[in-house]
Amino acid sequence: MSEKKLKVAILGTGNIGTDLLMKVLQSPNLECAVFIGRNLQSQGILKARDLGINISNRGINEIIDNPDCCDLVFDATSASSHRTHWEILKTLGKIVIDMTPSNIGQMFVPAINDLSILNQEHININMISCGGQVSIPIAHAITQTHSNTKYIEVVSSIASLSAGPGTRANIDEYIHTTEKGLALFSGCGNTKTILNLNPASPCIHMQTTIFAEVDKPDIEALSKKIEVLIKKIQAYVPGYKLVVPPVFENNRIVVTVMVSGKGDFLPEYAGNLDIINCAAVAAAEEIAKKIDTLRDPVEYRLNYNE
Amino acid sequence: MPKKNTIIISDPTLRDGNHAARHQLTLDQIKNYCEHADAAGIPIVEVGHGNGIGASSLLVGKCRESDVDMLKIAREHLKKSKLGIHSIPGFSTIEKNLKQAIDLGVDVFRIASHCSEADVTQNHISFLRSKNKTTYGVLMMSHMISAEELAKQAAKMESYGAETIIIMDSAGTYLPHDVTERISALTSTLKIPVGFHGHNNLGMAVANSIAALEAGATMLDGTARGFGAGAGNTQLEVLVAVLHKMGYETGIDFYKMLDASDMAASEMIQTIPSIDSISIISGLSGVFSGFKKHVERVSKEYNVDPRDLFFALGKRGVVAGQEDLIIETAIQLLQKKGGGGFAIQSPHLANLINLEGSFC
Repeated sequence: MSEKKLKVAILGTGNIGTDLLMKVLQSPNLECAVFIGRNLQSQGILKARDLGINISNRGINEIIDNPDCCDLVFDATSASSHRTHWEILKTLGKIVIDMTPSNIGQMFVPAINDLSILNQEHININMISCGGQVSIPIAHAITQTHSNTKYIEVVSSIASLSAGPGTRANIDEYIHTTEKGLALFSGCGNTKTILNLNPASPCIHMQTTIFAEVDKPDIEALSKKIEVLIKKIQAYVPGYKLVVPPVFENNRIVVTVMVSGKGDFLPEYAGNLDIINCAAVAAAEEIAKKIDTLRDPVEYRLNYNE
Repeated sequence: MPKKNTIIISDPTLRDGNHAARHQLTLDQIKNYCEHADAAGIPIVEVGHGNGIGASSLLVGKCRESDVDMLKIAREHLKKSKLGIHSIPGFSTIEKNLKQAIDLGVDVFRIASHCSEADVTQNHISFLRSKNKTTYGVLMMSHMISAEELAKQAAKMESYGAETIIIMDSAGTYLPHDVTERISALTSTLKIPVGFHGHNNLGMAVANSIAALEAGATMLDGTARGFGAGAGNTQLEVLVAVLHKMGYETGIDFYKMLDASDMAASEMIQTIPSIDSISIISGLSGVFSGFKKHVERVSKEYNVDPRDLFFALGKRGVVAGQEDLIIETAIQLLQKKGGGGFAIQSPHLANLINLEGSFC
């Protein structure tokens, strides 16, 4: 294939940024043009340098000074930094995939969304949350098969070691964002999200249960829908699997899934971190497939209206 | 600061008791108990869903009454006693729940986390302290880490601004020497008071509470008739009787407190908690007492032995809030027995299921 790869920059060299880098390196459609942090001695930067990746410690200034270096930017810094970054990247015409809980952009779940988002003048794709990426497809399947869904609830348990200081300080934001995403994609206005950290050793893999209250449960229809869906998700999150298929118990629909990570940079148990990165890379790949024949994404978008 | 021989009693009858009532306590019952507790001079009365504010859910059970209605009616009927809530970050958020509780006039905020995860309480505790609210830190399932580690977690909560730290024997699995070791570790590390919340699965709740105070704890939790999750909590009437007999002050009018408990027994508590076989297993397995009713229901539905189910859950190291794993664990038990198909309502998906490798 002589197709041109989409040039991406990764802002943020922490766990998420470094794992993203590993995934971008495996992608047939993406090329990491520059890996940007603030500290040349950080673990992520050192790893990238060893891999021969173009690195920078100049933060957003790297892109300001070299605006042609990339078409797409993954922002894996923090919500507050992202607010500043977005103002700059917007004027530079960059497509942005936001990994932070800033909640600025349009929520995106690869198994559900189409890319009509590309029609917008400024493209900021919000990856919602790990629990959102895990549960929203199932919630969507529930409302697709149950027009009378009254309530959806999502409970995730993650290994304590997979929740760094950022996650721990942002649990409220995680809950609010996930509830918002669930409501947006499922169409059910009444949603609730719960998060547990489990310190068991060895570490638990991320596990999420989706509960729903419906008038007339149709487990067979839901199961068929989920069967198709699981394959669709596994195409970009290989470690996604069903551990409790749809059951109707105690007047609730119950579905439990588990996400094991690919172990690219982060441990396998950290499925919560893996899935959000897998989803972000899947989104970038979709964009790459659509714009790889055009040099100017803005020009392309103007033509992408069929 | 309380006098040296003064013990502060915090009474979660209307909160932990809600576990035993499947979170179905009525506003009338709440009103009635609040009036009695207030008359008896019980210092703190905790109210709400069994798992605290914002916890009404399909996971742990929906509450009959809303947080707002429960707190409103309790507020109206608690004049001398302080109104307390239990709140677990992950279930509740500042925006959705704590601000509302402040507006409703809650006096005491008990912010809880699993014993090893104190840092998830930082934002909530600091927020409440910035609003000048009385805020305690609560470490649940405290048996799951060592005394030394528990003291470190408690110190984190203290650094966030918590004014008292309570450790919970959420599984009712402690023996007195376990309590002595942990409370001593806390009292020697912290500058703030320490409290203990017991459960009675192994018949040790009162003895454990006394061990706690002898190791330096100054706040103890107890509920009317032990009304609470699983085998029940430390029984308030017995605890206060023992404390008074030992010469401690509680400020509680003993007769009126007995009246409150008698009223609760006749008008609120359908089944007085007792240490039945499953409760003993629950205590031995080290699983959160609030799992009991769910385990009993699921084991019936999936035809597994509830005792096996409790031990299997204990082996997985489940924490409070992971009640969703009960069904999965029941299915695993069935599959071990070779009866996996029984659990799957749609055979369609059987081939997609992978029950192995739940752990890394």
